[in-house]
Amino acid sequence: MLKQIEGSHAVAEAVALCRPEVICAYPISPQTHIVEGLGEMVKSGALAKCEFINVESEFAAMSVAIGASAAGARAYTATASQGLLFMAEAVFNASGLGLPIVMTVANRAIGAPINIWNDHTDALSQRDCGWIQLFAENNQEALDLHIQAFRLGEELSLPVMVCMDGFILTHAYERVDMPTQEQVDAYLPIFEPRQVLDPSEPVSIGAMVGPEAFMEVRYLAHAKQMKALELIPGWADEFRAAFGRDSGGLLHRYRTEDADTVVVALGSVLGTVKDTVDELRRDGQKIGVLGVTCFRPWPLAAVREALAGAKRVVVIEKSLAVGLGGIVSSNVYNSYAGGADAVHAVIAGLGGRAITRASLARMLRDAVAGRLEPLTFLDLDQPLVERALAREREQRRSGPLAEAILRDLGVVAARPG
Amino acid sequence: MTAAEMLSIAAFREGRHAQAFPSFGSERTGAPVVAFCRMDEREIRLREPVLEPDALIIQDPTLLHQVDVFAGLGAAGRVLINTTRSLEQLGLKELAGKFRFCSVPATELALKHVGRPVPNAALLGGFAAIAGLISIDAVAAAIREKFSGAVADGNVAAASAAHEYVMREIAEGLHA
Amino acid sequence: MSFQPVKFYQTGTFTVGNRLLAPEERSVQANLRRTNSLNSGHRACQGCGEALGARYAIDAAMEATQRQLIAANATGCLEVFSTPYPETSWQIPWIHSLFGNAAAVATGIAAAMRVKGREHVRVIAQGGDGGTTDIGFGCLSGMFERNDDVLYICYDNGAYMNTGVQRSSATPPAARTATTMAVGAEPGNVFGQGKDLPAIAMAHRIPYVATATVAELRDLEAKVRRAMEFRGARYIHIFVPCPLGWGHASDQTIRIARLAKETGIFPVFEAENGEVVSASKIRRRLPVEEYLRPQKRFAHLFGKPPRADLIARMQELADRNIRRYGLVDTSGAQR
Repeated sequence: MLKQIEGSHAVAEAVALCRPEVICAYPISPQTHIVEGLGEMVKSGALAKCEFINVESEFAAMSVAIGASAAGARAYTATASQGLLFMAEAVFNASGLGLPIVMTVANRAIGAPINIWNDHTDALSQRDCGWIQLFAENNQEALDLHIQAFRLGEELSLPVMVCMDGFILTHAYERVDMPTQEQVDAYLPIFEPRQVLDPSEPVSIGAMVGPEAFMEVRYLAHAKQMKALELIPGWADEFRAAFGRDSGGLLHRYRTEDADTVVVALGSVLGTVKDTVDELRRDGQKIGVLGVTCFRPWPLAAVREALAGAKRVVVIEKSLAVGLGGIVSSNVYNSYAGGADAVHAVIAGLGGRAITRASLARMLRDAVAGRLEPLTFLDLDQPLVERALAREREQRRSGPLAEAILRDLGVVAARPG
Repeated sequence: MTAAEMLSIAAFREGRHAQAFPSFGSERTGAPVVAFCRMDEREIRLREPVLEPDALIIQDPTLLHQVDVFAGLGAAGRVLINTTRSLEQLGLKELAGKFRFCSVPATELALKHVGRPVPNAALLGGFAAIAGLISIDAVAAAIREKFSGAVADGNVAAASAAHEYVMREIAEGLHA
Repeated sequence: MSFQPVKFYQTGTFTVGNRLLAPEERSVQANLRRTNSLNSGHRACQGCGEALGARYAIDAAMEATQRQLIAANATGCLEVFSTPYPETSWQIPWIHSLFGNAAAVATGIAAAMRVKGREHVRVIAQGGDGGTTDIGFGCLSGMFERNDDVLYICYDNGAYMNTGVQRSSATPPAARTATTMAVGAEPGNVFGQGKDLPAIAMAHRIPYVATATVAELRDLEAKVRRAMEFRGARYIHIFVPCPLGWGHASDQTIRIARLAKETGIFPVFEAENGEVVSASKIRRRLPVEEYLRPQKRFAHLFGKPPRADLIARMQELADRNIRRYGLVDTSGAQR
């Protein structure tokens, strides 16, 4: 059924349709509306046979999910940013134990300096924790990916992180098509755990593994994710057959068939990128867009194939490998047969800075003209940066960096973007 | 934020695609807030803030000289201001020829019909009169989706009153 | 027929008493059909108080719950010695997640049982003092506040034993540990205000809180059984000597535990909804020196020069416990 609702509520409704049994979450902007929505549904009885637990920290949230999942219940939680870091130990624990927990990450920057706005630092900080990581392009895909996530996770016995841009998607009202309970029930069977805490068949879960077997255990975790690469496209096909639309899968290609330049990105920025690319296409530029939906496991072969015809690749990412460059870009270098020189890392939108068509168009024209550096920070205020560095050179006690920069910027009016 | 949401719901009810979002900040009463709404016949993919609006709704005219609200507004862009004062009194006289202004005493209408100074619904009713983009019926339906009972009735009444007010304003050619 | 009075002699575990009691009054461990939930073959040190306490506690819990029990275990000695890869000595469904989250994991298990309509399956969370009073404190308090249906058992040996005897917030004053060495003006652990977990549990007003020692194992079993009569958050704090960490002979574990009780160092009591409902009286009161002297971790108190001042401060702590919980019958009569 078509609805015009907030992204968070779309996700809450979709999660509810998946018949979760234990929901445990700790509030953090910008995930709050998701959990509030689910909490209300449980309390009112609209979502039945579900325990909603108000936990005292994100570490507790993931831990409660671990206990619930190990005991055979379908478990869900949501977090962002600092909260994801606070539960990091438990995040690794969940994947190490092979528990199919589903978690929404409402992508947000990580402090210091504290910042509540969107970027991908949080999810990508956990990229190697063993969870499957999926990135939604819009709220339709966000709600669809949650339905797929429970299925994926339970079939593989792996936890799944569904990432959606904080505020940009979570707090945006847009049209979505909400499936029916019947549709979801047909697609998502009852949870049959691979391992379960059950007095009638006692098992010990979580014992120590020493050097004699640890390599093998970790290899198997890797092998399982590689298996996911094989299975995800098939599940996306099944989803299309059941729900009538393309959602999920490993990646989405847009006008890449004859493209000389391909732009690679994750998440909601893809929408703006596509509008920009259409504009440039009208000018005769042969540009295409590759949206990566499944970030972990990294779809190396599929990305390589999608980029095969391109002469140059521009990776736009809301993340930064401090001291190195791009995170997503680093993953792309491995996947592009044409050599690392042709791959440009464009760091953009950190801490919620708006990524505009105008800036993208300018940058892409530079790329096509061979003027784009291997590593660029989009819309960086160069003079501001230079003043900050000069301050530090002149004075040992140069003061807190962020505060000094803000003062330098002057009064910050409530201006959009 | 509620006004932009309701506007998007009104557009949805008329079969359009609509995207509404705030310029994001922590939940804090009293801080200046900007919200955006895009409407289109086709799917909206763009995610940047609305930098070149076709229309503006100014809910709080005290912000007029604190924030550059007219930045990016297209030539002959429509502006609806929540006020009982004239353009001259608001200090906007020199812009009168540049944009198409309408005003509506939305706060007063809200106080009258709802009993609280919440001008959102009334502003949307006024907006329906000028923009030709959404009908007053769609606005009423959107209000009823967000509110219920007496509150909904009051807001719908305020919106209708504002709609009439602005229709009259345009007819009388008081503003360009 | 004439009756012969039979004297019950205290032999350390009241094993003599078991044979002369009706079957239903005997300890769980005396029963041939005990569940052996913590089976033999684990790698605990000789004389480990925690292994002893856990064996008694879990088997008692199994009996009280008709063998419908799941346990979540914090990282620590118990977890490590009970599951040396590739073996496990647990015969119950058991999960080890992390150091600080046993209480939260247990909350999750309990929620799963509730949602599946299997509330007859009961849940235990267990850990040492480190995992309970320090790193697991937040999750423990959260579980208490929500009154989740979990029995949390803390095996308190007063230090991070598994990692080499480092100080925890449960380490008694003056005790030597690897991070509170017996050097300087105040050798051993500082005399802080302590971290009274049973009192903190009581402050949460949970249905049942109890303390016990491995010197009175039937009392321990009875308390675990009692705890399983309640629903909601419950807490049992068990005093478990550690021969290795405390520096006493491995056959003295039970005796040291008894000395802790009889000197007043460790009060044994029960509380319900935040109020003490019973306290186990001291049979024959002893000065704290009797408890301190056999342990090498307190050896510096008896060195050259002896630290009578520190011993006196320890005595004060014991006196305060005795006053607070009414551990000594003022009439002088024995229990």
